[in-house]
Amino acid sequence: MTTERTDTDLEARLRATAPPSGRFDVAAFLERADADGLVDVAWTRVDSPIGPLWAAATDLGLLTVGFGEPDHGLDDIARKVSPRIVELPRRLDLARRELDEYFEGRRRHFDLVLDRRMSRGFRAEVLRALELVDFGETVSYIDLAQRVGNPKASRAVGTAMATNPLPIVVPCHRVLRTGGALGGYGGGLDAKRWLLAHEGVEPPRR
Amino acid sequence: MSLPPFQRVLDEHADALHRHVRALVGPNDADDVTQEVLIAALRAYPDLRDDSNVRGWLWTIARHKAIDRHRHAERRPKTVPLDGAGPAGRPGSEGDDELWEAVRRLPDGQRVAVALRFVDDLPYREIAAAIGCSEGAARQRVHDGITALRGEVLT
Repeated sequence: MTTERTDTDLEARLRATAPPSGRFDVAAFLERADADGLVDVAWTRVDSPIGPLWAAATDLGLLTVGFGEPDHGLDDIARKVSPRIVELPRRLDLARRELDEYFEGRRRHFDLVLDRRMSRGFRAEVLRALELVDFGETVSYIDLAQRVGNPKASRAVGTAMATNPLPIVVPCHRVLRTGGALGGYGGGLDAKRWLLAHEGVEPPRR
Repeated sequence: MSLPPFQRVLDEHADALHRHVRALVGPNDADDVTQEVLIAALRAYPDLRDDSNVRGWLWTIARHKAIDRHRHAERRPKTVPLDGAGPAGRPGSEGDDELWEAVRRLPDGQRVAVALRFVDDLPYREIAAAIGCSEGAARQRVHDGITALRGEVLT
């Protein structure tokens, strides 16, 4: 009997005094993980005049830019590139700096090395052609289709724009409908309008 | 099947892992050992075949790292901890240092069962799954751990 009561008291004492959560220093762990070469993909948040962005990079270069929260984007990267992806801003210092410079009007062309693994086949070709469209220029979906030698593929070009893993850097915002209507934009039409205005493009009719 | 991003593993489990590790190895070594567990996990992550119980997987790594740490500590000459966290504990220190030091001195099987029961608050069925034994065996380990503690720490 006494034993049982002591056990119950002891159990209550264990429960009541279980060590509390300390703050675990994730930053120190991440630095070590990076030093040990275990971080295949690093991501970070980026502030911008068109709302919160996030970006991810590998050793090869900038992999993705996204709008808003990264959740589904990180899943995508885990599936297509590697699940060893953690938040490590330092690895994206250069990308963040170039994006800041672009938004502040001090940079018109990105010098960043890109990791283009997130798009393949026809979409990758379209995005390559898109990289040649300069700051302040625009092109239509049909134009772009013609530039990759497939003039009937303007809808596929539209899909390539919608699935562009590197918006802003690979400038899908510079693609408009024939006649100048805005078309679509993954980051929202307000963002597209802002970017075009920022680049001095005449506001489209719609 | 593809694995969730490791970021998610961190977000979901790092704090609870740290708390569990602290019960196994104490406050002075908890940060180090938690880091070792997560480094080992990150290294092995791409080869993880079954992501249905990542927590169990992490806790298993933690158990091995805790055993390693205790083995290593036994070989070191005994030193007085600088922060004064000796048997008397520090005034105002949280919890019951004497009791939890006794937990850390338990043999590995009882120690981890006690931690799973009283720190992670797991039902016996889940303790059994975490340790890899039957539910009855899990109950027995917790009971044996309590018995051993009772002998060490008089109420």
